[in-house]
Amino acid sequence: MATQATTTAAPLMQPADAQRSAAGLWSDALWRLRRDPTTLAAIAVVVSMVAIALAADLLAANFFHRSFTQQDILSNYEKPNGTEPWMWLGTDELGRSQVVRLLYGARVSLFIGTFGALTAFVIGLTMGLTAGYFGGYWDDLVVWLVTTLNSIPLLYLLLIIGVLFRLDPLPFALLLGGLGWLGIANYARGQTIALREREYVVAARTVGSTAVRLMVRHIAPNILPLMIVLAMIEVGQLILIESAISFIGFGIQPPTPSWGNMLTNASQYLGKAPYLIYPPGIAVLVTVLCLYLVGDGLRDALDPRLRGAVDGGVRK
Amino acid sequence: MDRGSFLGRFIARRLVQAVPTLFGVLLLTFLLGRLSPSDPLQLMLAGQYDVTPEDRESLRHSLGLDQPLPIQFLAWLWQIAHLNFGNSFYFNRPVLDIIVERIPNSLQISMIALIITVLVGVPLGVFAALRRGRIEDHVIRVVSVAGHAVPQFWLGLIFVLTLSVQLRAFPVGSMNAVGIDCGLCWDRIWHLIGPVAVISIAGIANLPRILRTEVLEVIAQDYVRTARSKGLKERMIVARHILRNALIPVVTSFGTILLVFFSGSLIIERVFNWPGLGRLTFEAAVGKDFPVVQAGVVISSVLLILSYLVRDIAYAWVDPRIKVR
Repeated sequence: MATQATTTAAPLMQPADAQRSAAGLWSDALWRLRRDPTTLAAIAVVVSMVAIALAADLLAANFFHRSFTQQDILSNYEKPNGTEPWMWLGTDELGRSQVVRLLYGARVSLFIGTFGALTAFVIGLTMGLTAGYFGGYWDDLVVWLVTTLNSIPLLYLLLIIGVLFRLDPLPFALLLGGLGWLGIANYARGQTIALREREYVVAARTVGSTAVRLMVRHIAPNILPLMIVLAMIEVGQLILIESAISFIGFGIQPPTPSWGNMLTNASQYLGKAPYLIYPPGIAVLVTVLCLYLVGDGLRDALDPRLRGAVDGGVRK
Repeated sequence: MDRGSFLGRFIARRLVQAVPTLFGVLLLTFLLGRLSPSDPLQLMLAGQYDVTPEDRESLRHSLGLDQPLPIQFLAWLWQIAHLNFGNSFYFNRPVLDIIVERIPNSLQISMIALIITVLVGVPLGVFAALRRGRIEDHVIRVVSVAGHAVPQFWLGLIFVLTLSVQLRAFPVGSMNAVGIDCGLCWDRIWHLIGPVAVISIAGIANLPRILRTEVLEVIAQDYVRTARSKGLKERMIVARHILRNALIPVVTSFGTILLVFFSGSLIIERVFNWPGLGRLTFEAAVGKDFPVVQAGVVISSVLLILSYLVRDIAYAWVDPRIKVR
């Protein structure tokens, strides 16, 4: 019953769908996803990124034979070349291998993006559901919190926090999640308000379901698919924010490499080693682009009626 | 009720609604400063080693830091209500004076970027909608997703590297050539191109997509079909019937765009060495000049709240259907 709203819509889709009777929400989505090459390609890129990031230790030790801190002053400012694997992307002013640092940067960025988005998802869903369901003072409070946080340019807020606290990857991810739930909460709240008076919810309430059960079993499953899409887009946004704040020196601190702080370093050697500037930026661009494309594709697959309807409100 | 008094009431209402938001911003900034492991005194006395514990205590007392937190907060609110943000540790001048000097520089970038966003974004959005499903539409969509995904500061770095350092076509930073200071003259425009181009891309990534959805919605309306069936020229239909209605909701998107600009200014001003509010706040953060950072956060938020207000008023003004809520 809980998924009623989404599954009954299936026969209205594009002509291709008409030949196939609706199954479940997820199998329908999978069916549509399999016919979307762009999204499939983006998923492949993201999955291989994650795999490479997870295997960073293995690759660094057995293939590149370099750790990310290992210096080699004699071969500094080495342009990208194919003589040895660790020189593929050149070396920086201390002769550190850029390709190895990029791998570890992927680890930091993906960790912060995923973990932060997960945090944002949990907070956003809880806040949005409860605010929308209970209304009243709690709703006012949540709306006030969202409006307030939306009125502070995010990077300024992170800057003031960066001055006062030292941010390791885990607290940093929690912090970004703690500030990034606004869009998700807004969406969850709006949907909850719309669903709360629907017949099946009223019916469940009539037979004595508790508020928690109503929210968890009857409202949440209907909004969950698009929440997952929003969370996906959030991962990309948090990676962008992380790179920006690390770039200005208030995020991940060296020697831990992140794509952002690699660019800080690169920006100091624009004349001598211009090639350093490209790989980290391209890494961010490709990762975030693919995450957005996956989010877009998932949204269309889950509910084609919503094509173009939901965007993560982009905050930078 | 006539239009004028309606707008008056609308503005009054919105102003009142901005008060709790402003209070929230101030509360958050205050609490962040007080709850951090490094207390204000420690930040203030950083690098001074000849301070005796007695000096410390008397300073703590004279700054009111020995009062309970709520009292301190009220005292701080009182100061801010009098536009007193304290003195900068570094410049040893009132913070507000320093910030007020920088605001026009920041606004210069974001206002020009907003104009460019509209000039480029609106035609792109309408074009994408009119060519829906064709190759041009897809190109615009891909470019706008890419515009969202690219880190702004990296784009800035690429600009500086290729066009300034390697080709020497543009200055590497700052807002004037040495010895020239001339408001908005050619030299300034030359310096403005980099930061404005980079920051506009964020806006241009936003606007066409929103506009495209709106235009597609309006195209399906009966009055557009009527206009077409009575033989109006296509250009007339687009300009008079479609665009006028599609642009109304776009005004709302200025909120997001301005938020992106304001936040982005911090990074862009750093990349292009532009002496605006963003760079000031950044440099103060590096130097642990806490009062300036705090004021930077508060003032950029106030500017943002004000631009939300202007946006809402503009929205109510262009759309007669808006009621006072």
